[in-house]
Amino acid sequence: MEKRKFGFAMSMVLAAGTILGACGGGEEEATDNGGGSGENTDKFTVAMVTDVGGVDDKSFNQSAWEGLQAFGEENGLEKGTDGYDYIQSKSDADYKTNLNTAVRNEFDLTYGIGYKLKPAIEEVAKQRTESQFAIVDDVVEGLDNVTSITFKEHEGSFLVGVVAGLQTKSDKIGFVGGIESDLINKFAGGFEAGVKAVNPDADVTIEFAGAFDKADKGQQMASAMYSSGIDIIYHAAGGTGNGVFAEAKSIKETDPEKEVWVIGVDRDQSEEGKVTVDGKEMNVTLTSMVKRVDLAVQDVAKKAMDGEFPGGEVIEYGLDAEGVSIAPTQDNLTEESIAAVDEWTEKIKNGEVEVPTVPSGK
Amino acid sequence: MSKKWAVLAVPVISVLLGLLAGAVIMLVSGNNPAAGYMALWNGAFGDSFYAGETLRQMTPYIFAGLAVAFAFRTGLFNIGVEGQLLVGWLASVWVGVAFELPKVIHLPLAVLAGAAAGAVWGFIPGFLKARLRVHEVIVTIMLNYTALHVTNHFIRNVISDGSDATDVVKESASLRSPFLENLTDFSSLHNGIFLAVIAAIIMWFLLEKTTLGYELRAVGYNQHASEYAGMNVNRNIILSMVISGAFAGIGGSMQGLGTFGNMFINSGFSGIGFDGIAVALLGGNTAVGVVLAALLFGALKVGSLNMPVESGVPNELVEIVIALIIFFVASSYMITWLLSRFKKKEAK
Amino acid sequence: MDYVIEMLGIRKEFNGFVANDNITLQLARGEIHALLGENGAGKSTLMNVLFGLYQPEAGEIKVNGKPVHITNPNIANDLGIGMVHQHFMLVDTFTVTENIILGNEPKKLGTVNLKQAEQKVRELSEQYGLAVDPSAKIADISVGMQQRVEILKTLYRGAEILIFDEPTAVLTPQEIKELIQIMRALIKEGKSIILITHKLKEIMEVCDRVTVIRKGKGIGTVDVSETNPNHLASLMVGRDVTFTTEKTAAEPKQTVLEVRGLSVNDARGVQAVRDLDLEVRAGEIVGICGVDGNGQSELIEAITGLRKVSAGTIELNGKEITSFKPRKVTESGVAHIPQDRHKHGLVLDYPIGANMVLQTYYQKPFSKSGIMNYKEVYKKANTLIEEFDVRTPSETTLARALSGGNQQKAIIGREVDRNPDLLIAAQPTRGLDVGAIEFIHRRLIEQRDNGKAVLLLSFELDEIMNVSDRIAVIYEGQIVAVVDPKETTEQELGLLMAGSKRGAGERV
Repeated sequence: MEKRKFGFAMSMVLAAGTILGACGGGEEEATDNGGGSGENTDKFTVAMVTDVGGVDDKSFNQSAWEGLQAFGEENGLEKGTDGYDYIQSKSDADYKTNLNTAVRNEFDLTYGIGYKLKPAIEEVAKQRTESQFAIVDDVVEGLDNVTSITFKEHEGSFLVGVVAGLQTKSDKIGFVGGIESDLINKFAGGFEAGVKAVNPDADVTIEFAGAFDKADKGQQMASAMYSSGIDIIYHAAGGTGNGVFAEAKSIKETDPEKEVWVIGVDRDQSEEGKVTVDGKEMNVTLTSMVKRVDLAVQDVAKKAMDGEFPGGEVIEYGLDAEGVSIAPTQDNLTEESIAAVDEWTEKIKNGEVEVPTVPSGK
Repeated sequence: MSKKWAVLAVPVISVLLGLLAGAVIMLVSGNNPAAGYMALWNGAFGDSFYAGETLRQMTPYIFAGLAVAFAFRTGLFNIGVEGQLLVGWLASVWVGVAFELPKVIHLPLAVLAGAAAGAVWGFIPGFLKARLRVHEVIVTIMLNYTALHVTNHFIRNVISDGSDATDVVKESASLRSPFLENLTDFSSLHNGIFLAVIAAIIMWFLLEKTTLGYELRAVGYNQHASEYAGMNVNRNIILSMVISGAFAGIGGSMQGLGTFGNMFINSGFSGIGFDGIAVALLGGNTAVGVVLAALLFGALKVGSLNMPVESGVPNELVEIVIALIIFFVASSYMITWLLSRFKKKEAK
Repeated sequence: MDYVIEMLGIRKEFNGFVANDNITLQLARGEIHALLGENGAGKSTLMNVLFGLYQPEAGEIKVNGKPVHITNPNIANDLGIGMVHQHFMLVDTFTVTENIILGNEPKKLGTVNLKQAEQKVRELSEQYGLAVDPSAKIADISVGMQQRVEILKTLYRGAEILIFDEPTAVLTPQEIKELIQIMRALIKEGKSIILITHKLKEIMEVCDRVTVIRKGKGIGTVDVSETNPNHLASLMVGRDVTFTTEKTAAEPKQTVLEVRGLSVNDARGVQAVRDLDLEVRAGEIVGICGVDGNGQSELIEAITGLRKVSAGTIELNGKEITSFKPRKVTESGVAHIPQDRHKHGLVLDYPIGANMVLQTYYQKPFSKSGIMNYKEVYKKANTLIEEFDVRTPSETTLARALSGGNQQKAIIGREVDRNPDLLIAAQPTRGLDVGAIEFIHRRLIEQRDNGKAVLLLSFELDEIMNVSDRIAVIYEGQIVAVVDPKETTEQELGLLMAGSKRGAGERV
């Protein structure tokens, strides 16, 4: 008797599952045929697919999401499939699935955040010629429905290099990159040139963690650098860079007098550098190289909404368009550095200085 | 009936309990479980595209599951599937990129290269176990890291010129299938799924029907008795790890020749090898079980991507559901006990 | 009579299978009471009921005349019931005292008072003549000593009634004698004992009364003084049993196995067999007798190719097979019934049918071009199952599910069926009941009569004396004497096994 009941209960659950599934399928069909496309004609919708870092990576995924949120607010959109939304990827195999999910939810514009999504965007854009895509941090060529958004990271990195060159005490400066690539080399190259421009005697050590999501690795590398006498580390390593902050803060906690600095990347990372030692608030973030992914994302979205989607184009955001800059938080900068930054900004803008995109050794 | 029924009941109940617990967690965290699971279902089988993606995700899972199950059936615990998969991936892509051959030769050659690389990676722990009695778990874990860094080094410095990804394999070595892609509305489903099903049949045949399988299983169950009966235990240990590694290696080929078409610097493990352990466990280490469990895992993984978009349930929850399912499978003892309780009550 | 324990009309069933059906056992104060039955007759179930591990469906238990409900082993302990298990439950790396107090530690200010415990263990040991060193590590003491630790454990906890579960199964003949003395000492001190066994000789020697159970049913209780082994055996098995296996005189022919100057090292690299000579001829059974650990296992492993030979030669039918791989040895015509049938004889998780071809699976007709033909395998299995009376629900039943006797019958069937020139049987009847032992002995003699050579290794002197045509006594890795079973006595064998030399002129 009991077994029969149990079996019955089980088959009920199974049946419920099947019915739910069937209902689900049916419902989606309904939206497909009905409201979906009609609604989308009067409302502009936009989505972004993150790379494996996720929207809370305190780096460019997050920055892009902030841009989308600002865009949504400005235009009275709501988070969700009828407004703006993000789709997170958990592995490299998820990019194509997620881009397709965005297409299937009829977003007017879909961003792929990060160079890792390039092959997926290329392929999906070829298949879904009716949809519009944009890739951040890489270039997709020859497709009319893809806009490529890149930044002159070397220019921004040059400026923080100037700051580092002026404010180092030990004349030893470090750079922690994520995975070595053309993109990250732009950071390293610009930074090194900036340091050398104001302080030819300073040594710049360039190292790569081999990953963007390994905070522990970043911490190890920072620890080695700081103990070798390096006093300023510029990181271009996404989540790995969080380990650099952690190491700098832990050094401060044990020895508040010790001068260790981190230069943040992509966003104003002064929040990440806050540390309280003996009731005194300090900040190990010297400055940050801000890459305004948010501005770029907003800009392209706006153009697309206005029917001026720059498909097939490569837009490069540099100092002139405020695509890159040093962070607004300047508490730890000396007067001299601020002045120097302004000076070099001018020089780059008017073409007096050509910033290299690879480090000197390459 | 009761025994066969129990074999099926434990994994099925584990899955149901996992889903149920997931529903409770969704409720507690203020989400709608029905909407969440509906989104999961839609994201996995909602239309032909998602079904294709689920099958694509299932493909390497089948191979990883078969690799773990095969080793397990012969008394070995192959935790090194992840590493064997990586070297297999690299080897296939390398053959796929470097040679210019007609498809009938190139594609099989690339797959075989993946199998061979995985087999070599499986041979090492097998050999060390057979000769020096070094436990395979330790060796395979270490070889996972070795594989990760070795493949990364090869990608950057040998196969490409300082780049973080290899070229895309030649069309003649690709598993991509325009037919399947069209059938599934441009999903990345590729011909590898057929290979996976064939591999499952091979594993079943090898273990259940061949003389080698008789021997391998005997060694797996009882090394001492096998030795007394005149079987070469050491040879069987090595052979078992080699075959297991070959399965894993072809799993890597699926990624390299199918899903991605190339290989790139991996900053960490793909997780497929480790999920393979769960797949094998859930599938009761049988070929059919592995295929079914791989389907479930593929569906959960792919379907979960759709959950935040469609229902607002964070996809981390799916990870929890998967973890709970594994938990319930692992505690199958508990479920067996519960089942026996039901039976007892019935008797009274 | 003054009963300390009365189990009246006990009934216990498992999923419809009746393990105990209306069994009554009454233990008088100060007696040694045997519980006799074949394997699977329900002895262990009954004792587990008494010990609180199982709850009976019907019946009553009285301790000192008062009805009690024993729902778990702790209650049994409190009632003064202690069990000396067949498989010792000891922690190898602990000392004797630590093992004895485990779970019952005398505490002083939160720490274990080891000294006090050790003193108490020492006193108990002296009182009952156990001669156990309380501070020795379990791993360092002999099996017999370990058993005494188990006995001490129950005494330490204040047991008045001791249950011995097959205590002699693991002991050498000398140790058995000592155990019997210990049991007598316990009785003298006012304890009562239940002895679970299927060895009739022990019952006759030490017990006062015996309760016999057969297939879960109580057959009755008899005074040992009013019975004899034949009567007890027929009560236990339910038919007449012969002990001295009927056999004709051996007609030895050509030499089949010839071992010359064999030396073999054991697993630790210590020489276990030294310069050993042995000869087994067609048509005879040679019994190897000796105290466990004198190189018997290593000798057999060397012959069967499982262990490396460090010196000497082994010849089979005049052809050298020294250091052959096990499979080559098997193919040369040697069959081997291993000592440990679970570890070495069977793949327990294989169907019994698949176990029947464990050595021959790769040969036709079981395997053809690498593919198994399970139909042929099971056909063969069914023939053997029938021929050797293996009681199994079917040929696809897992070997694990069979009783020890049926497992052993399956192994013997498998080995004999290969028609080997030499059959090595290592402890072929260990743990088996009278019926199965008789069957196996008959089969061994049958092999001999068919002109095969049989090498029998056993720790049971009765078995050696009954079955062998010649007895080779092994001591410290050497055959120290070869005797004719008709012309020797157990006493003489016991002395030889202990290393005392025979008179001159009787060297091998």
